[in-house]
Amino acid sequence: MTLKLRDLSLKPDLFGTGHGLCAGCAESVSVRQILSALENPPVVALATGCLEVSTTRFPDTTWKVPLIHSAFENSATTIGGVDAAYKALVRKGRMEDRPLTFVVFAGDGATYDIGFQWLSGALERGHKFVYICLNNEGYMNTGIQRSSATLLGAWTTTTPSGDARPGKPEWHKDMTKIIAAHNIPYVAQAAAHNWKDLMTKVRKAEQADGPAFINVLTPCDRGWRFEPEKTMEVSQLMVEAGLWPLYEVVDGKYKMTGARQKKRPVMDALLSQKRFSHITKNADDATIAAIQAKVDEEWDALQALCEMSAAE
Amino acid sequence: MPEQQSSERPLWQQIQPGGIGVNPGSTERVQTGDWRTEVPVIDFERCTHCMICWVDCPDASFEVANAKLIAVDLKHCKGCGICAQVCPVKCIEMVPDSAENRETTDVNSGNGASSESAR
Repeated sequence: MTLKLRDLSLKPDLFGTGHGLCAGCAESVSVRQILSALENPPVVALATGCLEVSTTRFPDTTWKVPLIHSAFENSATTIGGVDAAYKALVRKGRMEDRPLTFVVFAGDGATYDIGFQWLSGALERGHKFVYICLNNEGYMNTGIQRSSATLLGAWTTTTPSGDARPGKPEWHKDMTKIIAAHNIPYVAQAAAHNWKDLMTKVRKAEQADGPAFINVLTPCDRGWRFEPEKTMEVSQLMVEAGLWPLYEVVDGKYKMTGARQKKRPVMDALLSQKRFSHITKNADDATIAAIQAKVDEEWDALQALCEMSAAE
Repeated sequence: MPEQQSSERPLWQQIQPGGIGVNPGSTERVQTGDWRTEVPVIDFERCTHCMICWVDCPDASFEVANAKLIAVDLKHCKGCGICAQVCPVKCIEMVPDSAENRETTDVNSGNGASSESAR
């Protein structure tokens, strides 16, 4: 199961060209990588979001795979229905039984906020599917509103920065751990810049015996306010500052993936994004200290979980 | 049912029930290259064909054949510049988008300098 880019480049691209995502968008990079890493033919359900509106402009589609979209919140339930229908058709002999992978692509709004209950239900029912959360930390498609994935202190159009408030006042939801608490076979966190890590996790998720969830950090150059060519650099800085640790939870066992990750203060990552410019202009800002303290605390808690899992 | 012509807006008789798309990958006809202000120029002398630009391109704009990078698809390249940033040997340079600069990378013209050195 080795991953070599030269081998992967021989496969036909399942996600085409000419979509309307912004220049430098990390979502299309991650989607292409995920689809080319899959070993079985995929069937995809989309939640409403940047990816859906930019790739399925009527009468065209960017996708070269079977695709279904019904509403914002219910992509997990939709793919659960696809899974159940496929099993029923195979049982009745109306469809050939062959290995397929059911995949959901949803944004952080559709995962953390709007589709949370539906996702939780689909995980509990144990449908076999791979849920990919393309996390750009906000409702970027509708104009950069805050979501429960947005970082503390970030500027968005609904959490403006000014004298009264320094951007978003709340800490974000730790969705990956919430999903891990559903006790499903495979949960992971990945980032757009690390293709090998992401593709390895996708293959593990595909082979998991039950539902799998991967939370992928996909930096948004419009919403995070950085130059389009910096997408991969910003993604790497977020990981190296400990704001987005790369880890996986296999059958309840936590494990960090890749080389040593946390090697920078959060300031380095915040400086690369102009959505934090109101707090990074002053190095002694209380919000930066609060972010650093919380990141350190969560990092230590995660390391403790990994050590506990390794000792078992 | 009459065949759907993807280059034009379909007639109502040609629309599938539920508005189902029937032409996989048909956004290929959209020229997103119009958005570009900078164009990537590849120095094929130094390119190691590691494919990192190919895997990190948001617009699938790197043309590959037999695991070799051969050209850039300028009809779709939005000129974001990620390729120039991630290239480990720094053989991709972003230059202002002009007819002259385009010719050195254009896969459609087929006679650009870049595609020649790849052959």
